[in-house]
Amino acid sequence: MTAATTGAQEAQAVRPILEMRSITKTFPGVKALSDVHLTVRPGEIHAICGENGAGKSTLMKVLSGVHGHGSYEGEILFEGEPVAFRDIRASEKRGIVIIHQELALVPYLSIAENIFLGNEHATRGVISWNETLRSADRLMKRVGLPEKPQTRVADIGVGKQQLVEIAKALSKEVKLLILDEPTAALNDEDSGKLLQLILELREQGIASIIISHKLNEIRHIADSVTILRDGRTIETLPVRETPSAEPELSEDRIIRGMVGRDLDNRFPDRTHYAGEDAGETALSVTGWTVRHPIDHQRKVVDDVSLEVRRGEIVGIAGLMGAGRTELAMNIFGRSYGIHDGGTVAVNGREVQTRTVPDAVGHGIAYVTEDRKTYGLNLIDNINRNISLASLPGFTRRGVVDEHEERRVAEHFRKSMNIKAPTVFEQVQRLSGGNQQKVVLSKWIHAGPEVLILDEPTRGIDIGAKYEIYTVIDELAAQGKAVLFISSELPELLGMCDRIYTMAAGRLTGEIAREDATQEVLMRHMTMDRS
Amino acid sequence: MTTTTTRSSAPSPAPSPARSAGELLLAGLRNNMRQYGMLVALALIVVLFQIWTDGTLLLPNNVSNLVQQNSYILILAMGMMIVIIAGHIDLSVGSLAAFVGALAAVMMVKHDMPWALALVLSLLIGAAAGAWQGFWIAYVGIPSFIVTLAGMLLFRGATQIVLEGQSIAPFPKGFQNIAQGFIPEMGPYTQYHNPTLLIGLAVVAVILFQEWRDRRRQTAYELDVLPFNLWLLKCAAIVAAVVAFTLTLASYHGVPVVLLILCALLIGLGFVMRNAVVGRHVYALGGNKAAAKLSGVKDKRVTFLVFVNMGVLAALAGCVYAARLNAGTPQAGINFELEAIAAAFIGGASMSGGVGTVLGAIIGGLVLGVLNNGMSLVGIGTDYQQVIKGLVLLAAVGFDVWNKRKVGS
Repeated sequence: MTAATTGAQEAQAVRPILEMRSITKTFPGVKALSDVHLTVRPGEIHAICGENGAGKSTLMKVLSGVHGHGSYEGEILFEGEPVAFRDIRASEKRGIVIIHQELALVPYLSIAENIFLGNEHATRGVISWNETLRSADRLMKRVGLPEKPQTRVADIGVGKQQLVEIAKALSKEVKLLILDEPTAALNDEDSGKLLQLILELREQGIASIIISHKLNEIRHIADSVTILRDGRTIETLPVRETPSAEPELSEDRIIRGMVGRDLDNRFPDRTHYAGEDAGETALSVTGWTVRHPIDHQRKVVDDVSLEVRRGEIVGIAGLMGAGRTELAMNIFGRSYGIHDGGTVAVNGREVQTRTVPDAVGHGIAYVTEDRKTYGLNLIDNINRNISLASLPGFTRRGVVDEHEERRVAEHFRKSMNIKAPTVFEQVQRLSGGNQQKVVLSKWIHAGPEVLILDEPTRGIDIGAKYEIYTVIDELAAQGKAVLFISSELPELLGMCDRIYTMAAGRLTGEIAREDATQEVLMRHMTMDRS
Repeated sequence: MTTTTTRSSAPSPAPSPARSAGELLLAGLRNNMRQYGMLVALALIVVLFQIWTDGTLLLPNNVSNLVQQNSYILILAMGMMIVIIAGHIDLSVGSLAAFVGALAAVMMVKHDMPWALALVLSLLIGAAAGAWQGFWIAYVGIPSFIVTLAGMLLFRGATQIVLEGQSIAPFPKGFQNIAQGFIPEMGPYTQYHNPTLLIGLAVVAVILFQEWRDRRRQTAYELDVLPFNLWLLKCAAIVAAVVAFTLTLASYHGVPVVLLILCALLIGLGFVMRNAVVGRHVYALGGNKAAAKLSGVKDKRVTFLVFVNMGVLAALAGCVYAARLNAGTPQAGINFELEAIAAAFIGGASMSGGVGTVLGAIIGGLVLGVLNNGMSLVGIGTDYQQVIKGLVLLAAVGFDVWNKRKVGS
């Protein structure tokens, strides 16, 4: 990369590695993409931003051949030649590899086997294991994966699994790597490593397209960004002049493009911060300890005490593995791990929460961090997902009143702005943000005193995030106690009255709103007390 | 569908407040593709064999026969559908039916027990057997495939032990009537069977009342309803079907006793699955067990109850089959589980659970039943019948998979 040429000149001088021209893709009833343009220069990291449903994933499916040639209109040029991929193998042959948000690894096969799955080192159908292991080892070194090639993928963390995916891509001699939300499931440390790796790959001449909701990451690594909204290209902006330069593009500028308006505030003004005048204590947890479900020696939550008052939003900050979700799920009907001491009181009265119905009966609701696995029945409709946790409330003499159920669902569809034609839409057809609204509706309708929200805005777009923040604020204003677990510090700082920090299963701090900054929180989150 | 002038300036399409009749109809069709598809297929099969058999298929005595011949498979299919919705499978129902039939035979023939008492005891034994399997599946966590495979062997062996390898017969008339009997004739001589006409009339009245009440309540809740004339058409179609069926039965011996049992089960189980909390919990459990548990569904208890229900239904099917044969035999119930499973899948169940309706199981069972009956009438051998039924199962599920893929991509 020559530092002498400016970005603008470079863009004209160098032939793009990829050009997508006037791509239009129609699904029955919806135009997912209309007249979308995307140009990626060789060796650049090109980010694609847009709210959920803006068409990012669809565009990448068109590019990688998941939506094959003929199912869309428009033209794709790769390395200057027009290409027509019929399926994903065709695009991989040319060196375009897509890594999906949900990783496509086989958990019970080894790392080496996964890397070469579909692309085995074999002669006449017989696999050469020596060759496989040697090549796998080489690729793993290249992506910085300190594991044995024989290790099962199920036995390594999500961060490392992501590296396996990239090693797999490298084995296919990738020229253009597409990453769909690569850091959504990773903690900060693993995210940092992954981003560093993408930067290193750029040095080796591999261009990347990265889809991400995390704007700070985009600013950190991207060279340019294309913004999509409602299936159209809004604009392509340079992020920095040269790969080594500091970013010039602000997050607010990207957000403006994504939402089509200035978003002065990413968080709603809290209607009322609960200060000294907060209500009486709604939830108080004392000395809570949880042991690992398999490794009984290990304490995943160690002697945690906290309390939330009515009308308060209280955050829990912590890195991955800090024990936040484990704490919440163990309190909520022992849904994770083994309880080893500690008491819960709701409204000052000690209660038992040994089963989920117990916890719900005592007015506790838990909104999971993983809505697809633990939050929703994806094959059922909005209506029935919302009613599931409060069915007895719809029931007269054992009979569910379907009309009432539907009325409630319609009410939430309107008040939560769930974007679906009817409440009979299958939940799996909804976008992430709308799915999250369905989960929230379910628990709001259960009428709890205490809501534990675990990463309620994970993987959803900024517009929907704002709506969810507004809902959370309303809940607090109604006098509910909200415990808000999040890995996004700005979100905690923007929403909470107080923030607890956890590290390695212990509570490491309790910080008032006035004193909280990202730096203070991070310091407490990384406290090593062992 | 109605097309009115739309403003193309607004980028975000505003949801129209009232959807057109066509859209409503289409949405309903799309959501229930498999079931409507099979209903249409059933109608086509009926028409085909009606022509092929020169009208024998729908003769009054054959319709009665059709109901009685397939009753026990239909009973099993309803239970199996619920088991499959819950995400499980039950391979033991054929053996269990044989076992309970054998016990009923021993109770009535060897111990001269009144048939009503024997029937009640049989159903209780079925419940106990279901509870036994449900315990291992729900509370111990052994996969249902294994537990019921074990049950299949276990109950088959138990049947042979109880019967000592021989058939036991005959049964009291009352017991035989469960499978072979009809509602007794009453009143003056008409061309038709009087009580059957009355029952048909009552059914029509109840259906119309339900439809009217549903519509009124939906309007009160300001929900979408079918336009009035379409709604009338729908009611007319249902009434016509019920009247035709009633007249057919009434011109023979009337309503078979077992038809009443089937209807009661269909209405009862259909209602439970759709409107009772426990039914909803079954769907939630089959759709996503983890999410259901975190929503407060008592997963173990629900699973247990599903198998108890299946046990009772298997016992009932066993009694009906024994009553039809007028004997308890060691060979009873062989392959019933496979017929029931096939019926459930043809009727819209999904291998992964969470999907299906009790009515679907009946439709699936009838597709198989009409095929059996029709093919026998035209003289197709059992060898070819098996081949054709296999292909029908494959085609029904294949159509569904293909249809889903088309919608999904």
